[in-house]
Amino acid sequence: MTAPVDPSEKFTAYAHPERLVSTEWLQEQLDARTPDLVVVESDEDVLLYETGHIPGAVKIDWHTDLNDPVQRDYIDGEAFAELLGSKGIGRETTVVVYGDKNNWWAAYALWVFSLFGHEDVRLLDGGRAKWIAEDRALTTDETAVTPAEYPVVERIDTEIRAYKDDVLAHLGKPLIDVRSPGEYDGSRTTAPDYPEEGALRGGHVPTAVNIPWATAAAPDGTFKPRAELDAIYREGAGIGDADEVIAYCRIGERSSHTWFVLQHLLGYDSVRNYDGSWTEWGSAVRVPIVQGAEPGTVPNR
Amino acid sequence: MNDATLPATLAEIRDDFLALGQKDRLQLLLEFSNELPALPERLQGHEDELERVEECQSPVFITVTVGEDGDAPDVVRMHATAPREAPTTRGFASILAQGLSGLTAAQVLAVPADYPLTIGLSEAVSPLRIRGMVGMLGRVQRQVQAAVS
Repeated sequence: MTAPVDPSEKFTAYAHPERLVSTEWLQEQLDARTPDLVVVESDEDVLLYETGHIPGAVKIDWHTDLNDPVQRDYIDGEAFAELLGSKGIGRETTVVVYGDKNNWWAAYALWVFSLFGHEDVRLLDGGRAKWIAEDRALTTDETAVTPAEYPVVERIDTEIRAYKDDVLAHLGKPLIDVRSPGEYDGSRTTAPDYPEEGALRGGHVPTAVNIPWATAAAPDGTFKPRAELDAIYREGAGIGDADEVIAYCRIGERSSHTWFVLQHLLGYDSVRNYDGSWTEWGSAVRVPIVQGAEPGTVPNR
Repeated sequence: MNDATLPATLAEIRDDFLALGQKDRLQLLLEFSNELPALPERLQGHEDELERVEECQSPVFITVTVGEDGDAPDVVRMHATAPREAPTTRGFASILAQGLSGLTAAQVLAVPADYPLTIGLSEAVSPLRIRGMVGMLGRVQRQVQAAVS
């Protein structure tokens, strides 16, 4: 790792404290001009970065940069290498990602970086909102980037990514549905206040427990302390000491946030994000669905 | 698209976007975003009485008047409000407010439903996001239809 680890007391309780940085830490690194550190902003709103961003930060957009423009998939190794190189990121670069809405999209970007095995990628605890709330500097100046050479690496889709068949084979093991209660029980197919993104049926994957993603965030957008997260997931979601966990939402973005919590803050060994999520499951032919507020049981067929 | 039915204001906005590269199109959208006029005073504080655009990811509210505020009887005016943290949505609303306000009801109703898909933003902001603007235009047209029938 290039940049030092943030020694904040709060982070030491997490399984992988090196995955989070505080706003104070980031400020210090920026002031000290720490080499080979790139700050990436990733938001839901494609123009938010342009209204003002952390000085020196580059923008990566989940739609226009990380998704394949044609297939429902992520960009491939070549496109990823080109993208990161153009943002001045090398394979060894320390990347700090931050964004709007409790780091929702920042966590998604971090997860995609992780598909390519980028080693040192961290989240700014509290994200854009906390940085602004603390009156720290924002600028609309264009960031001057020195392009870097990023190697073409193959995406690894087996370790932290789950497909529909993986979920079917996983039924009976811990499964977390991170959508809103109304999406979970089947009374609606999209998040409240969000556009219809096409699922033909409502409900949830049998046995999935419902822990809406933002449950992991404190009111200021930072992650809740370790003890609280343990109470929510280890006990509340009944994951306990399970080996394998899968999280899903509607298109895999909200569940990236929960994936980050389970993988990096609570230290579960095998956590996968099912990015097909409800827009695939809720439209697939002959997959089992449970409606109502109860998780339901594993279908015996 | 049949330019015969597209009002000059909207055609001009479209041509302005199409004349730019992808990156500059975002900047122009940001300019529109910053230009979204505040709600008229009588509507301020009454946002909940306006129609919410469900197709947009961020809370945006619109309302349409026909022949009010000293306008000729069939002249349309569109008002919208969206938070500063949602510049893309504000930009969409601003394009429509600027492009539609001052037109007659018949002209607004004749605007092709796919106008937002023709202004060259699908690549810059993504097709999914541009659907929010399609939804917004549809709601404006429904409100105008309701006001004149």
